[in-house]
Parts: sequence; C-alpha cells; structure tokens
Amino acid sequence: MIKNILQSNLVYSFVRDISAMTGALLLVIFIFCALFAHILAPMDPYELTTVELSNSLMAPAWMETGSLSFPLGTDDQGRGILSTILFGLRTSLMVGFSVVVVSSILGIFFGMLGGYYGGILDAFIMRTADTVFAFSTTLLAILLLGIFQSRNIWTVVFAICIAGWVKYARTIRGTVLEVKENAYITAAKASGAKDFRILFRHVLPNALPPVFVLMAVDLAVVIMLEATLSFLGVGVPITEPSLGMMISIGKNYIYAGMWWMVLFPGMTLILLVVAINLFSDWLRDEMNPRLALRS
Amino acid sequence: MVLLAVSFICFLIFRFTGDPVLMLAGKYATQQEREQVRIAYGLDRPFYVQYANFLGNALKGNFGKSYISQVDALDTILERFPATFELALTAIFISLAAGVLLGVVVSIKPGSLVSRAIMAGSLGGISIPTFLMGILWVMLFAVYLEWLPPFGRGETVQIGPWRTGFLTLDGIKHIIMPALTLSGYQLAVILRLTRAGMREVLSEEYIKTAWSKGLSPFTVIVKHALRNVLIPVVTIAGLSFGELIAFSIVTESIFQWPGMGNLLLVSIFETDHPVIVTYIMMAAFIILAINILVDLLYAWLNPKIQYN
Repeated sequence: MIKNILQSNLVYSFVRDISAMTGALLLVIFIFCALFAHILAPMDPYELTTVELSNSLMAPAWMETGSLSFPLGTDDQGRGILSTILFGLRTSLMVGFSVVVVSSILGIFFGMLGGYYGGILDAFIMRTADTVFAFSTTLLAILLLGIFQSRNIWTVVFAICIAGWVKYARTIRGTVLEVKENAYITAAKASGAKDFRILFRHVLPNALPPVFVLMAVDLAVVIMLEATLSFLGVGVPITEPSLGMMISIGKNYIYAGMWWMVLFPGMTLILLVVAINLFSDWLRDEMNPRLALRS
Repeated sequence: MVLLAVSFICFLIFRFTGDPVLMLAGKYATQQEREQVRIAYGLDRPFYVQYANFLGNALKGNFGKSYISQVDALDTILERFPATFELALTAIFISLAAGVLLGVVVSIKPGSLVSRAIMAGSLGGISIPTFLMGILWVMLFAVYLEWLPPFGRGETVQIGPWRTGFLTLDGIKHIIMPALTLSGYQLAVILRLTRAGMREVLSEEYIKTAWSKGLSPFTVIVKHALRNVLIPVVTIAGLSFGELIAFSIVTESIFQWPGMGNLLLVSIFETDHPVIVTYIMMAAFIILAINILVDLLYAWLNPKIQYN
C-alpha cells in the first residue's frame, strides 16, 4: 500500500517540483507553529496576567529600544508581536480549513442534487448560486458580518461559507451532468441501485479531483478574506488573535515609524498565502491536464 | 425577482436583528415613549403589512431615515456616491489598460526577463490581500518617500450635485494610491486572462495566415488576435463587479476615502440599519444592472450566442 503510494505519478511529480515542495514545506511549518503556538510562543498575548502595558510599543530585539524577551517588538497593549503572530496563525488556519471543508461539503451536496435531479430544484439552486456569485464572496461576507450582532470565529466561518459553497456547487454540477450520461450509470440504475448509492459510489469519485484543486486554491483565498474581515473590524472579535487585526492596529502607528506592527504580521500572511498558492498551482496542473499551460 | 428576494432578506434582517424600538427611542425611554415610537414607525402592525410598506417605500426611493443623523438614508448614501464612483472608475481604467497591455507583452515574449518579472508581480498581486497592499503603498509613498498624501480626498470641486476630485491637482494626488490599491487584484486577474487568451489565439491558423500575408506585427497582434481575446476579458471584468465593490470598502477604509464603503463600515459600527439596508439594496441593484449589461454586450459582441 505505502509502496504503491510512493511509486505513484502524483508523488513522483511532487518530488520533482521544487516550488510545490517549498510551498508544502512552508505550509507544514506554518501548521506546526499554529498547532504548538502555546508552547512555541514566548508569552500568551491573550492572558491578561502576563501582558503589561508598560511593555507597549517596543521595537524588535535588534534595535536600540528592543528587548530580547520580545524578539519582534510589541504592540500598543504590550503584547509580543511574535507571540501574537503565532496565535494569529492558529486563527487564520482554523478559519481557513473549517471554511474549505464546510463549504465544499455544502457545495458537493447542492451541486449533486441540482446536477443529478435537474428540473426546478436545479434551476432554484443555480439561480441562488448565480446571485451569490454576482455579489462576490467578499462583499457578501462583509455585509453578513455587518448585520450579525455578535461576532466570533464561528460566525466568520458561517458567513464565508454562506458565500463560499457556490464555486464548489458549480464545479460539481458540471461534472455530474457529464458523468450521468455514462453507460455505467445507466447500468447501475438498471441493476436497481438507489439514487443515494449511485451518487456516492459512482458519481462522487469522478467529481472529486477538481474539488480538491478548488479546495487548495480556496484555502488561500479564505485566509486572505478572514484577514480582510478582521482588518475591517467585522471579523473575529478583539479578544481573539488575528493577523488582520494586528495589521489594522499597526496601521495607526506607521506614521510614528513603528513599522514592525504591520510588516511582521503582513509578511507572515503573504508567505502563508504564497506557500498555499505554490502548492495549489502544482495540484491544479497535476489534476487537470487541460490547464497545464505553464510558462 | 432577485431584487425582491434581496429586499425580503434585508427586511427580515432589518426587523429581527435587535429591537429597532430600543434603538430609536434610546435606552432610557419610558414604556410610554417606546409605545409612541412603535406606533409612529408602524412597528405594531402585522409582519406582512410592514413588509408591504417597506417595499412600497423602497420603490419610491424612501428607505427611511438614518437612526444616527436622522437624515434620509438614500440621500446620505447618494451624497457619497461620486467619491466611490470616481475611485472605481479610475481603478477599472488602470486595471484594464495596464492589465491588457502587460498581458499582451507577456504573451509576445513569454521567456524574456521582462515577462518573468511581470508574471512574478502578478503572482504578488494575487497573493497580497488588498488591504495589505494599500498599507504597503502608504508606508512607501506617504511615510517613507513623502510623495503622496496618505488619506482623504483632497480638494474637491462641486459641479451641480456632483463633487469631483478630478479637477484639482490636490484631488488627483489623493486618488493615485487608493486607485492603485483598488486596481491591484483586478489588474493581476486581467493580466493572467489576457495572457492565457493570447497564447491560445496566437497559435490559431488565422493568425499564421495574417503573419504570412506580411501584415505588420501591430495589425496582427492588436487587430486580429487581441480583439478575440478581449471578449472574455471584458466579460469577466464586468462579472466581477461585486468584487470591486467589496474591495472599494476595504480601500476606502484604509485611505479614509469619503465614499459609500466607508459610510457602510461606520454604519455597521453604529448599527444604523436603514443605511446598511439601503447600501445593500443599492449594491444589489448596481451589480444586477452590470450583469444584465454584460450579458447583452456579450451577445452583441459574439453573434454565436442567442437568447430566446
């Protein structure tokens, strides 16, 4: 089994592709940092007993006013930038993965339903999808969160999912429409298989590869969106660490020359997104030969 | 149909999130005052009557008054419209012009150093979120180089109902960074679309024919190839208008641009429902109008498509 996996084309091309390997490696490091943030971080930035206001607005350790206990400096509340970044990564990745999983499941469900049964149900689902799509995920998420009275990580996930399932539903529906014309579906029907069985045993496996690609691409988009929402102040509440919020706070201090409050979380965010994009670029080329138009 | 659905959802939100009476009358109002407010705003009547009223008023352009300023919500938003419109227009212009131009350059010489640099830049455009891009621009041009003003709209000129920032040097200086920020993501997308389309079209038979006829490179590339590529590019740019509105909210927040997006964010923090609802209805209306326009334009540009 393991031998088979190691000898597969997928692993072969992965090991050959330096940018895909770099992306995956970075992503693994980020996930590791996020998972063990409570051990790795020099301090817990959201534990009130350890945060002291007298440590606020300190420069990174290598600068004159810096101190070794805060390697990347501190923010206006005296929270260490490095520690907050590590905990913020946790939020980013948690929101990212939750949204991708939930919205792909929603999308698969509605896409299969519409594509397989057709008719009014399909028309209704696809009309709704068109509308959501026209509004764009970002706008819909901002508006939904603007309306919600209380906000936490899960309302953010919920709002992005409401807007995010559409891409998956469209992709799945397209594949289902293609697959359901095949002879083996007719054969399955003739042999008395239930719709449920046909959908999950015969249709779904064929529809999954493009969904995996979409999930990888979407992960980067969702992480950027969460940061954007938190930056605007409609994302995670102030009591939770978030890269977007850090940048939003740091923005007020750039005129005072305190660049570290923006640049460190900003670079982390960019690096995380680039890592995912490098990996998803490779995945897309692998899973869809039609799109393999690389320079 | 869609507008009706949006209006219904808006109404539900308007009616059922929080108690509007509490918000209108204030926390310290007596029971009697609250009843007065309830009757004055028609909040005591049954649900469907309220919705019918809301819809009727909305059709007349009356979305109620802002809770905070007590000014007509639609007027408040329309007053901010020119600022947003000028910003969006400049951004669309930049992203279309630069995106198509760079896309063509990259597709003509795919292996050259310039092309590689452009492609790397476009990867950056897709990987750096808009808000971060905006702040980086500010740090570079306003804080470090001190070339451009970091926020606001600068000097404006009032022409009838329209307040424009295009006519003063100060206004133009103020629009550069926000417009660059807003155009960034779309520029990268258009560049990539143009490149993909050009690569496909340039290998077609009719392009080879055009070359072998001895036509100038300009005629072949712009007249024969680019024309066919532009149709899907313009379509997708039009269909992603919702995205543009969303990012205009972000951009306006960074640069404290006095537009509709900034107003929306302020209204969200003040839970000023009438303004939020009006904004949503207007965004829905604009997006739908653009979508229909793009559909028609597409059918007009490409006679193969017929609507029945």
